[in-house]
Amino acid sequence: MFDLSGKKALVTGASGGIGREIAKALAAAGATVALSGTRVGALEDTASAIGKECPILPCNLSNLDEVDRLVPAAEDALGGLDILVNNAGMTRDNLFMRMKNEEWDEVLAVNLTAAFHLSRACLRGMMKRRFGRIIGISSVVGVMGNPGQGNYAASKAGLIGMSKALAHEVASRNITVNTVAPGFIGSAMTDELNEKQRQDIMSTIPAGRLGTAEEVAGCVVFLASDAAGYVTGHTLNVNGGMAMI
Amino acid sequence: MSDIADRVRKIVVEHLNVDAEKVTEKASFIDDLGADSLDQVELVMAFEEEFSVEIPDDAAEQIQTFGDAVTFLQKAVG
Repeated sequence: MFDLSGKKALVTGASGGIGREIAKALAAAGATVALSGTRVGALEDTASAIGKECPILPCNLSNLDEVDRLVPAAEDALGGLDILVNNAGMTRDNLFMRMKNEEWDEVLAVNLTAAFHLSRACLRGMMKRRFGRIIGISSVVGVMGNPGQGNYAASKAGLIGMSKALAHEVASRNITVNTVAPGFIGSAMTDELNEKQRQDIMSTIPAGRLGTAEEVAGCVVFLASDAAGYVTGHTLNVNGGMAMI
Repeated sequence: MSDIADRVRKIVVEHLNVDAEKVTEKASFIDDLGADSLDQVELVMAFEEEFSVEIPDDAAEQIQTFGDAVTFLQKAVG
């Protein structure tokens, strides 16, 4: 039921912690996975951790020319594309009153605009094949907000709204569009928190711990699989209970 | 009408699952043949492939009937 044999997937941000686990989990379920990111060395590490042939497609998502070449490159390398995981994300935190235009623009470009371009690009093939899974990695911050992350919260909320609109449009073609909204997951991003911030966060998480990248990846495999064929326009919250929404 | 019309009709019949007799020159994809807006996009994609042409968005919007499609493609294919 969770078997992805024969399926072809593209994961953006596959050099980072969560993206790497998503790529590994999709591959372990049987999919062939193309890896995209900016750091080629880290992508090669992901590929060797997977231990199967993985096309490596470097792409700077803040450059729309590069973004628009990514899906065609993945389709060429894989012979089609069934699963797109818009995982890549970045932060440029600042208090709203101090936030620079560039900080806003850069985060929206990578987290939201690139996801729009990539999703649009893969629809033609998915519509023809009458199968597709588009999965966006959002964040609990997109639903709850977080001080200092006006740009990031907007981009992650945008991903949810975009996915719901697209889910309406393509549901009849057997294409599902969903988002996964992780809470606090142990990663390079949460390593940057100081001890006070960490304790404050823990007190809000009923599970009493950070989540793991594997726990996010498992949800992505579910949404990509036949088991989730009737799930679309959904946001799957993976947050240890910190926001039961 | 021609070979091009026949090829267009075949695509419309297959895609929209309608009888060939209903696909007349004035037949509107949406009003007469039961297409929705996404079907219309898919028809244009299918035309592009069948005839190896690019149909820009503004031209695609003008293709409302079977006759519109044939006329456009006759010009485009030459």
